[in-house]
Amino acid sequence: MQPMIVLEDVDKWYGKNFQVLKSCSLTVSPGEVVVICGPSGSGKSTLIKCVNGLEPVQGGHISVKDMEVTGPRTKLPKLRSHVGMVFQHFDLFPHMTVTENICIGQTRVLGRTQAEAEAKAAALLERVGMSDHARKYPIQLSGGQQQRIAIARALAMDPIAMLFDEPTSALDPEMITEVLDVMVELAKEGMTMMVVTHEMGFARKVADRVVFMDGGEVVEDTPKDEFFASPKSQRAVEFLSKILDH
Amino acid sequence: MKGWNWDGFFEYLTNTYILEGAAVTLGLTIAAMTLGVVAGCVVALMRMSPFRILSNIAYFYTWLIRGTPLLVQLIIIYTGLPQIGIKFSVLEATLIGLVMNEAAYLSEIIRSGISSVPKGQSNAARAVGMTDVQMMRYIVAPQAARIIIPPLGNSVNGCLKTTSIASIISMEELLRRTQVLIQEKFMVLELFVVAALYYLLMTTAWDLIQRRIERHFGRGYDIKADAAEQR
Ligand SMILES: Nc1ncnc2c1ncn2[C@@H]1O[C@H](COP(=O)(O)OP(=O)(O)O)[C@@H](O)[C@H]1O
Ligand SMILES: [Mg+2]
Repeated sequence: MQPMIVLEDVDKWYGKNFQVLKSCSLTVSPGEVVVICGPSGSGKSTLIKCVNGLEPVQGGHISVKDMEVTGPRTKLPKLRSHVGMVFQHFDLFPHMTVTENICIGQTRVLGRTQAEAEAKAAALLERVGMSDHARKYPIQLSGGQQQRIAIARALAMDPIAMLFDEPTSALDPEMITEVLDVMVELAKEGMTMMVVTHEMGFARKVADRVVFMDGGEVVEDTPKDEFFASPKSQRAVEFLSKILDH
Repeated sequence: MKGWNWDGFFEYLTNTYILEGAAVTLGLTIAAMTLGVVAGCVVALMRMSPFRILSNIAYFYTWLIRGTPLLVQLIIIYTGLPQIGIKFSVLEATLIGLVMNEAAYLSEIIRSGISSVPKGQSNAARAVGMTDVQMMRYIVAPQAARIIIPPLGNSVNGCLKTTSIASIISMEELLRRTQVLIQEKFMVLELFVVAALYYLLMTTAWDLIQRRIERHFGRGYDIKADAAEQR
């Protein structure tokens, strides 16, 4: 089967002296859910932003389905319209209502009519349990609600894969579940997902593989059960004991 | 009131010669602000450009314009430049001077407005597949506008009054026409008070307009107002 996301020996520097990604390789098959974890500063956000070209890379190849991300002539906006992304701080558009947030990409990027976009938005709001909030502005919503809208905004583009960068780490504990529930459902429906998270409960439930990063390197890339049962590297052992302690 | 001529005052309050002067002041302001915003955007984008040369040119430009008085600039443009063969009409010289000034000041205002939009917003806009132009238009500009409008409004207010400096190169705006009448009629206080009232009228009208614009771009930031709108 043709892989959905491929990273091959990706190198990235910030400035001249700091190499943030060191020869990172990683493959995600269609329908697979890959959880990426690792200490803060290890390059997880950078790696996931490279997948849809939000960050340029200096070495290696990245492709999504049959689209070359790292090619010189790649139309990045077009590629990104097929790949959904959800951020740690939600980053909803504050000057737009919930519905407008979900419609803007559909109308301006995909060229759907306003009516089509709004119908799609209504269906997605229903799905993430936010139908009552269609006309509100982001500032009027809790963090968990905002993140569910951000997921709906990404899904509205009918993405072929979804990228999540610590979607629950900015949330109060009581709101984490409502967001994870949406993500679990998405995973069960067969969405291809790359998820940076420290929610090991989520990883246990739906991940196929766990990738452990440290110091800009992919240290481990193992099937979920193996990772939790017997991590290969000492660094992963230490990391796991730290985050599983609390 | 001793020494104060009410009849003269009211006569000049509705005098068409003065009224036309006020209209010229208004027209100059509208023209200078419109062109100034456009030119200011260009200067701001140059200043923020990753190309060193562009940002240096923009920096030099604002440094030069903001570091010298408009009065001196106008005299150089209108009176000085003909000496080396570059001639402008009064109106041209006035507009060039005003627009150059507004562009310099507004570029700083616009730049800080654009910088105030968090990086996460441009990432989110790009992530749904927007091009840079779409991101600017639908996401960054409307949010920057909320920050830009109050100082921009100050600039409009300032520009309404600053146009009076062009009277020095005989631009026939409100102040110049007031002075012309004073030369003829010697009602100094009455005429200047009339001129002041006209300026006040225009700046007050702008205040009201500005408040409406602020409300428009403030949506999504004021929980109470947003809640009321949704009812
Ligand atoms: N725009 C940037 N410029 C320079 N350094 C950066 C930038 N973004 C991140 N970094 C650095 O790169 C490293 C990896 O960052 P990041 O990918 O955010 O890590 P993680 O998401 O795993 O915490 C960190 O040391 C961080 O300080
Ligand atoms: Mg991160």
